Amino acid sequence: MLALFYIFIAVAIAVSVWQITRILNFRTVTATDKDNETQGKNFMIFMAAMYAMMIYCLIFMNVIMLPESASVEGEHDDNLFNITFILIGIVQFIVQFLLFYFSYKYRGKKENKALFFADSHKLELIWTLTPAVVLVLLIGYGLWQWNNVMDLSDAEDPIIIEVYSKQFQWEARYAGADNTLGRGNVNFIKGINTMGVDMSDKNAADDKKVTELHLPKGRKVIFKFRSQDVLHSAYMPHFRAQMNCVPGMVTEFGFTPKYTTEEMRQQSEVMAKTEKINKIRKAKGEEPYVFDYILLCNKICGASHYGMQMKIIVEEEAEFKKWIAEQPTLAEVIK
Amino acid sequence: MSEHHHKETFVTKYIFSQDHKMISKQFLVTGIFMGIIGVFMSMLFRLQIAWPEKSFTIIEAFLGPHQSDGIMNPDMYLALVTIHGTIMVFFVLTAGLSGTFSNLLIPLQIGARDMASGFLNMISYWLFFLSSIVMVISLFVEAGPASAGWTIYPPLSALPQAIPGSGLGMTLWLVSMAIFIASSLIGSLNYIVTVLNLRTKGMKMTRMPLTIWAFLITAIIGVVSFPVLLSAALLLIFDRSFGTSFYLSDIFIQGEVLHYQGGSPVLFEHLFWFLGHPEVYIVILPAMGLVSEIMATNSRKPIFGYRAMIGSIMAIAFLSTIVWGHHMFISGMNPFLGSVFTFTTLLIAIPSAVKAFNWITTLWKGNLQMNPAMLFSIGFVSTFVTGGLTGLVLGDSALDINVHDTYFVVAHFHLVMGVSAIFGMFAGVYHWFPKMYGKMMNKTLGYWHFWITMIAAYGVFFPMHFIGLAGLPRRYYTNTNFPMFDDVADVNVVITLFAILGGLAQLFFLANFFISIYRGKKATQNPWNATTLEWTTPVEHIHGNWPGQIPEVHRWAYDYSKVDENGDYVHGADFVLQTTPLLEGEEDPS
Repeated sequence: MLALFYIFIAVAIAVSVWQITRILNFRTVTATDKDNETQGKNFMIFMAAMYAMMIYCLIFMNVIMLPESASVEGEHDDNLFNITFILIGIVQFIVQFLLFYFSYKYRGKKENKALFFADSHKLELIWTLTPAVVLVLLIGYGLWQWNNVMDLSDAEDPIIIEVYSKQFQWEARYAGADNTLGRGNVNFIKGINTMGVDMSDKNAADDKKVTELHLPKGRKVIFKFRSQDVLHSAYMPHFRAQMNCVPGMVTEFGFTPKYTTEEMRQQSEVMAKTEKINKIRKAKGEEPYVFDYILLCNKICGASHYGMQMKIIVEEEAEFKKWIAEQPTLAEVIK
Repeated sequence: MSEHHHKETFVTKYIFSQDHKMISKQFLVTGIFMGIIGVFMSMLFRLQIAWPEKSFTIIEAFLGPHQSDGIMNPDMYLALVTIHGTIMVFFVLTAGLSGTFSNLLIPLQIGARDMASGFLNMISYWLFFLSSIVMVISLFVEAGPASAGWTIYPPLSALPQAIPGSGLGMTLWLVSMAIFIASSLIGSLNYIVTVLNLRTKGMKMTRMPLTIWAFLITAIIGVVSFPVLLSAALLLIFDRSFGTSFYLSDIFIQGEVLHYQGGSPVLFEHLFWFLGHPEVYIVILPAMGLVSEIMATNSRKPIFGYRAMIGSIMAIAFLSTIVWGHHMFISGMNPFLGSVFTFTTLLIAIPSAVKAFNWITTLWKGNLQMNPAMLFSIGFVSTFVTGGLTGLVLGDSALDINVHDTYFVVAHFHLVMGVSAIFGMFAGVYHWFPKMYGKMMNKTLGYWHFWITMIAAYGVFFPMHFIGLAGLPRRYYTNTNFPMFDDVADVNVVITLFAILGGLAQLFFLANFFISIYRGKKATQNPWNATTLEWTTPVEHIHGNWPGQIPEVHRWAYDYSKVDENGDYVHGADFVLQTTPLLEGEEDPS
């Protein structure tokens, strides 16, 4: 049966090749007025289809996109993103219209004459200056926000957390009562001291190692990233936060959580997304999904790159204090 | 040169040829074969992304030990995306595009008998061929080919303990790229020297077609940036094989501390992207040149704003060398540098906008001849605009934080430099095929090829932006570990279906290309009624391009539909060859 199928395919290919070679010999090879007519119209049909697709994506794919920023700093990212997106959306609609409409409107005809129009400094000045002015505004807002996010020098009473990456796992360490992390280096990795903390450093004793991140709502968190082996990238999409973890150096990033995990679960965009996901999971017979903040690896780091993650829980300050008090210090763990 | 015809053997004519026209065809055919490999790989990993748990006979047949029961291994997935990227960026869109058309068009359009050095030109091709062979051989290495991503960031690319592909596979990758860079540099130097020195009488710089301007500037940025990649690769070879620590420091892997001290992967990132960013312009500028030329010819109009087009090519080329840091906003480099690179990056939008509007104005009030090359040129502008606009999001450091390395980036660069450059390349092939092979390609197949490819390109890459905005990272073997991405699964299925459609559409091209070489209708001397010099050469290729004297040039390359006060064509037709002397009182913009 399968052999018959392959024979059928072979015959079909042979026939089409034969047909193609026939076509090649007979047709005129440059576009005629009829071709110009057809292809010009095709561009209009394509434009309509493309607009339909763009609008469909904008409306119906909204639900799969990330919900509003869960960090205070990320609010401006969302603003800037919306402004930029509306802007490029408008430009996209206009420019594609001009391109496809002109392709249709000026489709060639034997009796037509093209206009010899080689230059216009006025027009060129317009489309040099317009983008320039718009860009100055975008760059201005963008740079202000970049500075706002990256400048951690003025944070008041921040919590310091070290996020540590290795193939294929995340670990974290809280700075403890002194809010200062003890030194770390791969040379100190031994047994239970998996993050290579230098226990002779007096700041290290009260540090606390955890496998799940808890963050208090409304307080600035400063993350210090280290990597043990290759490049990783700590990506916390809900907080609009990302920074590479680089072996041999410490990188940093900071933000202030705005909603607790519980509050975020009640947020309308999150609820819509969760509902959609659970419909899919139910059909496949899987456990229902409950929203959680997440830290995932976003720099190719090896075979199991696709599974590297850590849960993040944002809670009220009081709950956070209770949780952190329950965690043992390194001095207690590493005897 | 053309006077003494020395006898040619099969070997000197078809294999070790020093004739630029033959070398151009060699580049094209090699590029097409590498392209088939690269596109086929993308089909395989798209199957994995769409149906991660499903078994496929095709995967079982092609991936051998790197799959089990028709499901590919995670290592092989990473290897496929790595080699797909490498092949498409370097072997297809750099060598296949620039190598083909710079070789074909530079001597023909400036009125030269051949390249400045035919011998170096031959060497350039054969080094490219050798590097292709090495790259293909690396696919068959036991531990698998290089799999650290096409950007080969160390330490992943430096340590075989970190990923199996970083063993022999990575060594071969580096060897292949070193040879490739040598090929590219020899080629580029030859192009620059030829354009500057071998222009025929009357071919002022400001009379050159935009294709030649694009090739010249491309060659210059290639010469400026490729050596930096070579040095980055050499240092990586040192780290891998001779125990140096340029990029490595403080590494603990598989239970032991390695000896490396004091290096930094960020140094590699700087060196890599100092080439890597100009590279995207090395890819796109020749396509822009081809499209400018084809649009003018098929609109029967001069290209709008010829000098502005040259200026914007130069501006893009200059800016391209000072924006590499936008790939590294979150690499851990000083945030102040991020601000500087945001500023320079967004400036590129200005010359790019000028180019896009100038192309559209070229169409305005034209008499458009919808040949397949013209369709691909219009498609080029469309995808370049769609892909380019999202660059405003990615180039802005504050916004890049959250979309960096997600599918948003994948969608952006595939549209703006992948699909666009491939469209430019197809446009070029359809347009100059008669010059290459003396035959015409079939237009009906060309139309089918264009429309299916265009639909597939948008079907693949437009929805992909949105799964990136869902926060989905690229280079994930499967997304099933994250329930939060369950709702992008069906989008991925749709994308894969469009990708397969797009892949199959290329069969129209392959059939058309190879059959036309043998069975195509014989070409006339100037089938598109173009003005440039290549269409004054005989259809049958001869050594030295023109029998007798090299023609003299009297005007710029864009005298289409030039009319006098009465509205009649000044030279009786809607195009005037560059070799036609100016009439008394006739003005020439150059």
